[in-house]
Amino acid sequence: MATEFHNLQELRHNASLVTKVFVQRDYTEGTVCRFQAKFPSELDNRIERTLLEETVKTLNSYYVEAEKIGGQSYLEGCLACATAYFVFLCMETRYEKVLKKISGYIHEQNEKIYAPRGLLLTDPIERGMRVLEISVFEDRGSGSSSPSSSMSSAGSSAR
Amino acid sequence: MSAVMITRKVRKWEKLPGKNTFCCDGRVMMARQKGVFYLTLFLIVGTCSLFFAFECPYLAVHLSPTVPVFAIVLFFFVIAMLLRTSFSDPGVLPRALPEEATFIEMEIEAANGNVPAGQRPPPRIRNVQINNQIVKLKYCYTCKIFRPPRASHCSICDNCVDRFDHHCPWVGNCVGKRNYRYFYMFTLSLSLLTIYIFTFDIVHVVMRSVDNGFLNTLKETPGTVLEVLVCFFTLWSVVGLTGFHTYLISLNQTTNEDIKGSWSGKNRVQNPYSHKNCFKNCFEVLCGPTYPSVLDRRGVMQEGSPVSAASAVPPSSSSNPVSQTTKTTAPLIPNEHTPDDAKPSIADSAEKNSSPREETPMAPPLASPEPDAEVAVAKDPVH
Repeated sequence: MATEFHNLQELRHNASLVTKVFVQRDYTEGTVCRFQAKFPSELDNRIERTLLEETVKTLNSYYVEAEKIGGQSYLEGCLACATAYFVFLCMETRYEKVLKKISGYIHEQNEKIYAPRGLLLTDPIERGMRVLEISVFEDRGSGSSSPSSSMSSAGSSAR
Repeated sequence: MSAVMITRKVRKWEKLPGKNTFCCDGRVMMARQKGVFYLTLFLIVGTCSLFFAFECPYLAVHLSPTVPVFAIVLFFFVIAMLLRTSFSDPGVLPRALPEEATFIEMEIEAANGNVPAGQRPPPRIRNVQINNQIVKLKYCYTCKIFRPPRASHCSICDNCVDRFDHHCPWVGNCVGKRNYRYFYMFTLSLSLLTIYIFTFDIVHVVMRSVDNGFLNTLKETPGTVLEVLVCFFTLWSVVGLTGFHTYLISLNQTTNEDIKGSWSGKNRVQNPYSHKNCFKNCFEVLCGPTYPSVLDRRGVMQEGSPVSAASAVPPSSSSNPVSQTTKTTAPLIPNEHTPDDAKPSIADSAEKNSSPREETPMAPPLASPEPDAEVAVAKDPVH
């Protein structure tokens, strides 16, 4: 399964996209933001199951932290109401802080795990928090054709 | 003669489909019809101005200076809440990009299997179990997504809104997940302000009449009559509205669900989102996290970014970079019923991609919105 992408930059600028896979939202616990842990079959030969499941689980835990209703969110809400919500002009909300952490986490995961395998995660916030988009790029590294890519044989013959 | 192209930064709000208007370079987001909003603003500011002009000087001296001070604080709070409700993104769900829309279509077709020619395909519904309750997620033909639970499509703004409550013409915007608490604080504080002004109007008239007589009082402060009239009629509606929303909050229901009777209790259907505890429900709705906007209105458009699937450009149109604001066709049916609730011919055309079928002569815009003639910056979607 080893592909020869060395870094994220190369993936973004040189590789050609094969398809996009979408991990949908899991609404079984209500309207909280949570993604399904179901492994998409299109990624069967591109990445190990456990890695993707781990990523989704970590993301879900971040979202749980962001949307937690407890003492801190109550204080934040009361303070904001008392100042007619003007305090949000100078203060970042807890949700925004967690979103920054999520963005950093996704970037790190892309660099370490997904780009070397020819995949790219898109932050769910860029897709309306509806889906976790996984872009699948052509599998240039392997000489044998991979089922998900019709261009790999053309690509390798062009060299 | 060489033409010099000055490209200006195009922000994402300029390309957003839907019928919203944006101001201050994307910072402010409202519905198109703003007339009633201006009326609301005029009534509040006008009545309070009269109060400050006629009542406050007298009451500050003869009663207490805290009376106008508290009125000013309340007035600013009301205006702040109104503007916050009107100008913020209610929780609009962005439309699906082409790849996502295609992916969902493929999933639907796979789930439906082979539909024999001439037969209507089953309605696009996903069932999900929330808290031991089966909730149906409907497919939105305009936005090309399966709506999350509690989301609904507003036909006035032509957007799917998360936790859609209602479209309020008085604030000139939808009320949804992100601005519901501001809307509630607005109605609550406006009720208090109305009661406050009404009470002190009466107090003022009584106090003055003791000295000068009733008719003389009315002649000296004609504004009082106007204020009392406005407050009297406002009181019933606004206080009633506040009471209604307090009731909804305690049950963790939206106006939309209440009107449709989604959790009315027949067929043993219960609200799966309610914590069954009044305080917990209020806590969640009013003190929950402040959700961020997923629209990214102020982001700069990248070259080559795909347009949403719902506003595709026909290949024959000439690019016209100037006109940006008017967008997509609204569904003909002004509510969020899927075409499957309507005539069969409309549903047939909706599925025209999946199986060969005779097209009806008039292509209904509900199923596949007509592409607009403009929208210049469309690049080919990433293949």
